[in-house]
Amino acid sequence: MSVIILLLGASLTVGLTFLAAFIWSVRSGQFEDDYSPAHRILFDDTPKDNTYTDTTLKQS
Amino acid sequence: MTAVVTACYHCGETCSNTDITINEKTFCCEGCKLVYELLNGHQLCDYYRLNDRPGIPQRVPVRKDKFAFLEEEKIIQQLIQFRDETRTHITFYIPNIHCSSCLWLLENLHRLHGGVQRVTVNFARKEAQVVFLHEQLSLRGVVELLTTIGYEPYISLQDLQGNKKSISRQLIYQLGVAGFCFGNIMLLSFPEYFSGDGGMDTGLFRWLNLALSLPVFFYSAQVFFRSGWSGIRHGFLNIDVPIALAILVTFVRSVSDVLTDSGAGYFDSMTGIVFFMLAGRVLQEKTYQGLSFDRDYTAYFPIAVTVVSDEKETQVALPEIRSGQTLLIHHQELIPADGILLKGEALIDYSFVTGEATPVRRTVGEIIYAGGYQLSGNITLLTIKEVAQSYLTSLWNRRELKEEKAKAPSFIHLLGRYFAWLVLSLAAITAAWWAVHDPSRIWPAVTAILIVACPCGLLLAASFTNGFILRILSGQRLYLRNAAAIERLADTDHIVFDKTGTLSSRNSAEVCFYGQPLSAAERRDIAALAAQSSHPLSKMVYAYCGTGTSPVQHFVSQPGKGISGQVHNNLIRLGNADFTGAGNDDSPDGSAVYLNMNGRVYGRFSVRNAYRKGIQGLFRRLRGRFALSLLSGDNDREAGAFRELMGPSATLRFEQMPQDKLDYILQLQQQGQRVLMVGDGLNDAGALLQSHTGISVTENSNNFTPASDGILEAAQLPLLPDLIQTCRNGKHIILTSFIISLIYNITGLFFAVQGTLSPLVAAILMPASSISIILLTWGMSTAAGKRLQQKASQTADDKDQLPG
Repeated sequence: MSVIILLLGASLTVGLTFLAAFIWSVRSGQFEDDYSPAHRILFDDTPKDNTYTDTTLKQS
Repeated sequence: MTAVVTACYHCGETCSNTDITINEKTFCCEGCKLVYELLNGHQLCDYYRLNDRPGIPQRVPVRKDKFAFLEEEKIIQQLIQFRDETRTHITFYIPNIHCSSCLWLLENLHRLHGGVQRVTVNFARKEAQVVFLHEQLSLRGVVELLTTIGYEPYISLQDLQGNKKSISRQLIYQLGVAGFCFGNIMLLSFPEYFSGDGGMDTGLFRWLNLALSLPVFFYSAQVFFRSGWSGIRHGFLNIDVPIALAILVTFVRSVSDVLTDSGAGYFDSMTGIVFFMLAGRVLQEKTYQGLSFDRDYTAYFPIAVTVVSDEKETQVALPEIRSGQTLLIHHQELIPADGILLKGEALIDYSFVTGEATPVRRTVGEIIYAGGYQLSGNITLLTIKEVAQSYLTSLWNRRELKEEKAKAPSFIHLLGRYFAWLVLSLAAITAAWWAVHDPSRIWPAVTAILIVACPCGLLLAASFTNGFILRILSGQRLYLRNAAAIERLADTDHIVFDKTGTLSSRNSAEVCFYGQPLSAAERRDIAALAAQSSHPLSKMVYAYCGTGTSPVQHFVSQPGKGISGQVHNNLIRLGNADFTGAGNDDSPDGSAVYLNMNGRVYGRFSVRNAYRKGIQGLFRRLRGRFALSLLSGDNDREAGAFRELMGPSATLRFEQMPQDKLDYILQLQQQGQRVLMVGDGLNDAGALLQSHTGISVTENSNNFTPASDGILEAAQLPLLPDLIQTCRNGKHIILTSFIISLIYNITGLFFAVQGTLSPLVAAILMPASSISIILLTWGMSTAAGKRLQQKASQTADDKDQLPG
């Protein structure tokens, strides 16, 4: 019986963790804009000097 | 140079010539080139790599002092969200956000100007939150920076009044909590159900279940208690009353079972049903973030306007404008208050207000109503009314429109009520029976009846069906404000149409020539002359006559009258009746151009808005099924055509003011008709609000539409009968699923009246009935969606253009 109490405690703790994660994700607005984060992650963080430029402009 | 059509490197529009080039890239205009140079200079050309030609056309330059009002401290205070010593936070609505390039560029704005600290874009809402250092960059500077790269924030009077919409997440939290508790209670109930007689001691599990049901009862189920209570207070027994009662009875019975150690209680059934009903509610209350159904005039009006006093120009916030002030309205600015024209040439585009594509001309001394855009240069006008009392805005401020419409209660509530009475009488009979035979079984039998006979099947069927139907309709680009609109749309028996802008297109105008036929050479000459003027009517005549490039001699343009010139050997005059010597002008203001060639009047070009495609088919299908009416602000020159289209029994009313339209709807409603109003402009706003269902038609759902119950994209208008049919199907689906769910109720009642409803039976019946209802509504809604889809492709195939 005491093992079951331990198991109950563990399962409820896991459940509560997920509930907390769900509430946190709703609160932070993750379900409201599903476009920007998905694209934002694909943008390259290029250092400034490496960025693509048209060098021809500097010549003209 | 090549003859191939070149698309602008920045915005992708067709370039009329290939003169504007840089780095072998061609641009359609100087504005686009400037943006490119700016981005290239700051190493931001990734913008063009993420998407092909992502820019926004820059052909129309933004007026230099357009944002001068952002210097006013009072206005700044009302716009910003937060400010400390160094930083300011503000959120802009930027309608031009449309792709990942936009997202990237805006979030890299700090590379364009050091004063910008951070930009966060919310794509779904087309909003950008900007954090900037106000020491280095003013608010006006930020807005102008965004404007130079093509992302002009839309700042309207609505922002000033601070009524920002906020999304309620309460329901989602309640759903999450209910789901968590339901799952765990179900798990913890297994030992109870399967341990059998003399098995393990399940006391601990019962107490845990009781504990887990508390958040569901006291937090998640709040929605039903509140709605039920407010129903009772208003003397209206809505469906949430029996539901709240069932939840309450189940909870009390279960708690008393556990406390007296006489059973396990029905915690899993209770939390389960709350979870499913909440899920239905979340599905049904889907909101369209990008759309707004509550716009009033403040969303269209600018925040500030230039006031001239003592030769000085100052920016004054719109609510502070009084009558008797002199306003300076710039080119392309909106006229915010009714006034008398003092100076300048007014050519006003009321297309948003009336749907009329042709601009209206006003001369000095005439009254100009608020709501139109000035198209030809700057004008000054003397206000005669305050903004809120102007003709259009006062229509909006009428008190009866502000009050919540007394809506007919949904059939769900009525059905729920009969159901509740039936259950209560059944409970009473059972109680009486057991009082005679075995009084100890009254309590278990009666509570079990109330638990089983909860009309949650009906509520589930309704909310899930509504949720599915809303999605199907939005797939056909009809966006309804809420689920209640589905049922009201289904009940429609009278459809009232606005003409201009709704049945006819707002942007495209048709030109017809009435008079002596013109030869091809004459047409080319007329076109050559018309090409000289930038007046909208001249442009239309030019487009009608084809291209003419012959040189024009002795060109004279007389504002407000017309143009004249010599092409080849023809002395041509184009303009109003007076100017061309045509005598009486029998056409409405500003919609006809008379032609005089070599001293003889040939005839007139008549401009009218083109009908939308498929209108003929639409009316053919609506006739006989609905009563039809047409309300138009125009005169009755098209009466014959519409009589033929809409049939002999239709009511056609012309020269209707906004107030008349509203009154007509009221009159129909007093006769007991359920009216669907289909309109588009501000002049329909009153009628749209008053009618049972108001649908505003728009060519682009990102555009501004007046407050209504639904927004329909114009191209889908011929589909209207099918959309209404889908709403009717929705009602049938709800009824069918409800009847099927009754089977479960009756099975449960069979046990309940005997007082032998075990928690296990309840735990099987409840999810089984819920899930079968959800599957059933989903299946039937999908079938209805398929039928609508078929109709849509059929309608698209045989779209017919109205001749003439």
